Amino acid sequence: MGNLTFIEFDGTEHTVDLEEGKSLLQIAVDNGVPGVDGDCGGEGACGTCHVIVDENWMDKTGDISSEEEQMLDMTPEREATSRLCCQVKASEDLNGIRMRMPEFQM
Amino acid sequence: MITEQQLNKILIPAANKTSAIIPMHLQIKGLHLIQKVKRKIPSLDTSMDQLVEQEIPDVDTLALEDIDVSNPFLWKQDKWGSYFKRLREEDPVHYQANSIFGPFWSITKFDDIVFVDKHHDLFSAEPAIIIGDLPSGLPAEMFIAMDPPKHDEQRNAAQQVVAPKNLKEMESVIRGHVCDILDNLPTDRPFDLVSNVSKELTGRMLATILGFPLERRHELIEWSDVIGACPEATGGTATNDDTFEAAFEVAKAFSGLWNEKAARKAAGEELGFDLISLLLSNPDTEDMIRRPVEFIGNLALLIVGGNDTTRNSITGGVLALNQFPEEFKKLKGNPKLIPNMVSEIIRWQTPLAYMRRIAKQDVELNGKSIKKGDKLVMWYASGNRDADKIENADQFIIDRKNARNHIAFGFGIHRCMGNRLAEMQLRILWEEILNRFDEIKVVDGPERVQSNFVRGYSSMMVQLVPKAAS
Repeated sequence: MGNLTFIEFDGTEHTVDLEEGKSLLQIAVDNGVPGVDGDCGGEGACGTCHVIVDENWMDKTGDISSEEEQMLDMTPEREATSRLCCQVKASEDLNGIRMRMPEFQM
Repeated sequence: MITEQQLNKILIPAANKTSAIIPMHLQIKGLHLIQKVKRKIPSLDTSMDQLVEQEIPDVDTLALEDIDVSNPFLWKQDKWGSYFKRLREEDPVHYQANSIFGPFWSITKFDDIVFVDKHHDLFSAEPAIIIGDLPSGLPAEMFIAMDPPKHDEQRNAAQQVVAPKNLKEMESVIRGHVCDILDNLPTDRPFDLVSNVSKELTGRMLATILGFPLERRHELIEWSDVIGACPEATGGTATNDDTFEAAFEVAKAFSGLWNEKAARKAAGEELGFDLISLLLSNPDTEDMIRRPVEFIGNLALLIVGGNDTTRNSITGGVLALNQFPEEFKKLKGNPKLIPNMVSEIIRWQTPLAYMRRIAKQDVELNGKSIKKGDKLVMWYASGNRDADKIENADQFIIDRKNARNHIAFGFGIHRCMGNRLAEMQLRILWEEILNRFDEIKVVDGPERVQSNFVRGYSSMMVQLVPKAAS
C-alpha cells in the first residue's frame, strides 16, 4: 500500500490509495478523481488521460511506447514529463507520486 | 493502357506546380474537362451511375457471403441493425468479395475495431477513408487519409482551431447562435428540424470556425452535402459533375479568402483564430495554397467533418428521446445528465458509420487472414452496438455508466479532432432546449439519407411544446 496524488488544474489535490497492478487511470476513475476522461478505456488510444508527472518520479513510470508517444504528440499542452496515465502501472516504486492535470484533455 | 493511378501521378504534381500561375478553381475546371473526355473512353471511365433503390431483404434470408453492408440503402431503409447484429454474431470479420465498391473486409466488433484503429503501422489510411474511391479525376489529399509523418504536421496545424483553449472563447458565440435559432422557431405548427435547427446551427458554427462569411453559410452546407454524396465514394445521390462544381466553388471561395487574409498578414495585421488564419500562421502549412490538392482536400475534410456529424447527432438526439420517452422524463428531472446524454447520443447515432484502412502487411484478425493490400472497413456504428462491450447496446440510456467509452470518434492518431466542439455544441443546444420547451414531438419522419458512410437525416417534422409559464 501507499498513496498517489492527482492535482487538478486549479490546484485541488486528490490523494488516493495506491493499488498495485492497476493502471493509474483505473485508480483515478475508481476514486472519482475529476479531470481525466479515459474515453478509450485504457488503450492509450484517445489521449484523454493526460497527466504531467512530477519530474522526480518520471523515470519510475516506465517506458513510453511509440503509440503513447504519438498520442501525446497530438496534445497541445504536452510537457517534458507528460504521460497517459492509463499506460502507467501502479507499483510500490510509485508510492508518493504527484501528477498535475493539464487544463484540457484532448 | 493508362490507369487512373498513373494519370493522377502525372496530374497531382502538375496541379501543384501550376498553382503559382493558374488559380486553383480554374485548374479544377481543367481537371473536370479531362474527366468529361475520359468518360467517353470506356477503359478510363470509373464514374458510377446513379444507384437504383431496391427493397433490402430480411438478413436471415441471405447466405453470409451475400451480405453486403456497403449497400447505401441499408441505412436509408433503416435495416442496418439486423445486418450488423448477424455479422457480429456469426462472422465478425466478414469478407464481401463482390460489392460495387470492390472487395472489402468488414470489422464489426468493438475490440477488433480498436485494434485496427490503433495500429496505423499495420493499416494505412491512404489514399482514402471511404469504402469507394474519390470522385474520379478529382485528386484531393486530406490528413485524415494520410499516414505519419505528413499526417501529424497537417493535423497539428489544423487542430488548434478546435483546441479546447479556443473553444472556451467560442462558448458564448455558440450559445448566442443556439438561442437565436431556438427563439425563432414556430411553436404553433410542425416544422422540419433538420433544415431549421440541425443544418442551421452546424452551418453557422462551421462558418465561424473556417472564417467564412456568415451570410454565405448555406453554400457551405450545400457543398458538404454534395461532396459527401458522391456515388462512387459512399453510394450517395450526387453526380460526378455536381462534385466537380462543388470543388470548383470551394476552391474559388477559399482561395479568395486565403489571399485576402494573406494580404492582411503581409500588412502586419493580427490574424484571427479561424482555420485559414491558423494555417497561414504555421510554417508547415503557410504555403498550402501552393499545394491545391492538399488545400482542397483538407477544406473538404473540415467542411464535411464539421457538418454531417454534429448535424445528424442533433436530429438523432431528438429522435432517440422520442423513441425512449422515459429518458426525456429523466432528463427533465435532472438536467445535470446533459453531458452524459451527449456522449450517449453520439454513441447511439454514430453519425459516421465507418473509416476504411488498407493492410500494409499480412495480418491475422479474429481468426481471419487479411492479406497485404486488402481493404478493411471499421464499422464504428456496429462496434457501438456490440453487446459484448456495451450492455443493452440498442437501448438509449442517458445516465449510462461509462457513456464516454464509445467508438464514434475513432481511436488512435486519426481520432476525431472536433470531439470537444461537437460535445460542446450538443451540450449547449440541450441546455437551451430544456430552458424553453417541455416537449419536442416527432410528428413525421425521419427521412434517412442514401449513403453507406453518413448516417444522416434529410428531414424530420417536429412540433414544439413551450414550457408552461411559471
